[in-house]
Amino acid sequence: MASNRAATVPPARPPGARRIPTFLRRFGMVAALALLMAAISFLSSAFLTVSNLLNIALQVSINAIIAAGMTFVILTAGIDLSVGSVLAFSGAIIAGVLAAGRPVLLAIVTGLVIGALLGLVDGIVITKGKVQPFIATLAMLTLARGMTLVYTDGRPITGLPDAFVWLGAGSVAGVPVPVIVMLLVFVVSYVILSQTPFGRYVYAIGGNEEAARLSGVNVLLDKTLVYVISGTLSAISAIIITARLNSAQPTAGVGYELDAIAAVVLGGTTLAGGEGSLWGTLLGAFIIGVLNNGLNLLNVSSFYQQVVKGIVILLAVLLDRRLR
Amino acid sequence: MDAPLLEMKEISKTFPGVQALRDVSLEVRVGEVHALVGENGAGKSTLMRILGGIHQRDAGEIRLRGQVVEILSPFQARVQGVSIIHQELNQIPALSVAENIFLGREPRRALGFLDWEAMFARAGALLQDLGLPIDPHRRLGTLTVAEQQLVEIAKALSVEADLLVMDEPTAALTIEETERLFSFIHDLRQRGVGIVYITHRLEEVFRIADRVTVLRDGQYVGTYGMDEITLDDLIRLMVGRQLTEQYPKEQVAVGDPILEVRGLTVRGAFDGVSFTAHRGEVLGISGLVGSGKIELAHAIFGAIPLDAGEILVDGRPVTIRSPSDAIAQGIGFVTEDRKRLGLVLGMSVRDNITLPILAELERGPFIRHANEDALVRKVIQDLDMAVTSPEQLVRNLSGGTQQKVVVAKWLQTRARVLLLSEPTRGIDVGAKVEMYRLTTDLARRGVAIVMISSELPEILGMSDRILVMHEGRLTGEFTRAQASQEAILASATGRVHRGV
Repeated sequence: MASNRAATVPPARPPGARRIPTFLRRFGMVAALALLMAAISFLSSAFLTVSNLLNIALQVSINAIIAAGMTFVILTAGIDLSVGSVLAFSGAIIAGVLAAGRPVLLAIVTGLVIGALLGLVDGIVITKGKVQPFIATLAMLTLARGMTLVYTDGRPITGLPDAFVWLGAGSVAGVPVPVIVMLLVFVVSYVILSQTPFGRYVYAIGGNEEAARLSGVNVLLDKTLVYVISGTLSAISAIIITARLNSAQPTAGVGYELDAIAAVVLGGTTLAGGEGSLWGTLLGAFIIGVLNNGLNLLNVSSFYQQVVKGIVILLAVLLDRRLR
Repeated sequence: MDAPLLEMKEISKTFPGVQALRDVSLEVRVGEVHALVGENGAGKSTLMRILGGIHQRDAGEIRLRGQVVEILSPFQARVQGVSIIHQELNQIPALSVAENIFLGREPRRALGFLDWEAMFARAGALLQDLGLPIDPHRRLGTLTVAEQQLVEIAKALSVEADLLVMDEPTAALTIEETERLFSFIHDLRQRGVGIVYITHRLEEVFRIADRVTVLRDGQYVGTYGMDEITLDDLIRLMVGRQLTEQYPKEQVAVGDPILEVRGLTVRGAFDGVSFTAHRGEVLGISGLVGSGKIELAHAIFGAIPLDAGEILVDGRPVTIRSPSDAIAQGIGFVTEDRKRLGLVLGMSVRDNITLPILAELERGPFIRHANEDALVRKVIQDLDMAVTSPEQLVRNLSGGTQQKVVVAKWLQTRARVLLLSEPTRGIDVGAKVEMYRLTTDLARRGVAIVMISSELPEILGMSDRILVMHEGRLTGEFTRAQASQEAILASATGRVHRGV
């Protein structure tokens, strides 16, 4: 009986059996981006120039920064639909502080605190209130948008100082400031996710929340923190977009949550949580950015652009499922 | 004499790694209450799942009323007049009682619209027939577990089955509800319905069954009329085997008390449980499904909140409100379900092992990877774990190795009390022995082991002292010398024993 049992136990899968698809997945997306860039540069000579590539990076920066926060959230098997509205409200407050003639630094800090606070509210409602992340952040999406409209009275806030506008329009050694901010955000986020206990807990919670809790992980605190991170990064995006537009628009950030989720999912992070990477998210954001840029260069109408984007996302995700 | 209602002949079934049934037979006559008994893992549920069309047999034959039948799905089972009340309830809490009773076979009007009036009327009549004071409009989720169980029984009766299977139907019922159930069973028997009655409560078998079939380790032991057998015979037949597995038990000098619990209560799970675990002691806790032993472990570890009682570590009262509090007090917990509760399957061996101690591995805000790697490599070697590298995903390991990963986790926290809940469930014989060796080893190092298990042989083979739970209370305490399978099983079915 004993030998019979031992003989029929299925053999453990060979080591690294999971790593091949992970590799393929990452490689697949890199290949997709390269292919996309090759195709567009073949069709348009304006594409593969330093200035256009920096332009793409600039356009990608806002979505990429939000998507970095979204990656933290999705890794815990959550979702944050409120990012666009949080961006709008933080932006309005920043512009309001600046329009009142207060220092730039104060405006920035205030904006970041607002973003973090709204994220904190999301996190507390989700963990303490036991509300599903989709519902909690959907409520925040509406609430923060409403507060923005109330605060701005539905009108843009303009007249921002040059020192602030530099954060969106300036550049250092030819590299636009928003691109530098984006790279900093990704490096810091990567270090947090890969080098700190908190980062490990984020993966553990997404992989198996109950097992994480029974291993002594403070699940409520860590889950709350990912929404604080997401809110804070939305506020950083708010600084950039407000500076670039030289104004706070009450309708800023509408639909940004979907672009951010698309970038995360294209980057191979599963909505089920526990698996994924920040570099994948950056790649995903660039695929969307290159696609937008290419379609513009090729004079594809904005209506068709949406159709093409939708199809590309669908194909990418279907391919991803195949590789899994 | 007519053909029996049901004949299952020489049924065999193998799951990957386990021969669940080997040549098992069961015969149920018209109007008979036939009890099916055996220890956990004896194959009762598997046999009934085959009858219910959930699993397919590998060999053997099923006849209903003398005709050979193939039951390929639960739907076909129902068409053949077989109705099964499962142990875990298959109900939808958000729907009304009536909707649950008629799920999948709702009364309809013309054009396929639901006939709500008929549904509620028929459900109401059915519940009234059974003497159940339950409003068919109520949402099922608002009922007590016992009421839900009764609704499940009403549902099974409503399909007018010829053969009714009840799997532990009284597990959640009060004495009065149990009596009412027995009187339904009596009525059903008069109407010629055959009943297969699965229970751990052997006294019930003698009250209501006509015959009993005993299974042990997936094999058929025998079928007996209730007048030709005694309770003690039945227990002996169920337990049967000699201890064939090797238990590398070593007597360790038992030291000072480490963990003491007093009057622990979680309402609906267990009530007033007190015991003390000592250094170097293996304290076994035995009990049937639903005895509260699993919940007890979760409560001590802070995973479910206590309603009453206190926990003392080293003689000092401590507050444990979360697993991290328990870990800080030196308590570790090897859970009964390692895949669902014990491990993050998508993470590596290393990440799982150090999950509880990452904070200790920090320098500034960062994890010291070199120290982490060294720790993990050492424990992989110490426990002789079959892994290719610390980076290997836990998902790809065998059950025995996964269990070692869980134990390794608690070695890192230097746990002084280790709660082992069903520590050898679903791992092969060789890995079991290794698990026992590890347990002994930890005891020798002065760890207090609280081993909670449904497997009597391992409780008997490994424990220095054995506590038995029945319906949330301690009903027995045995020293290693006093304990026997028969005595423990008797306590586990409610007979109080104080041997120490």
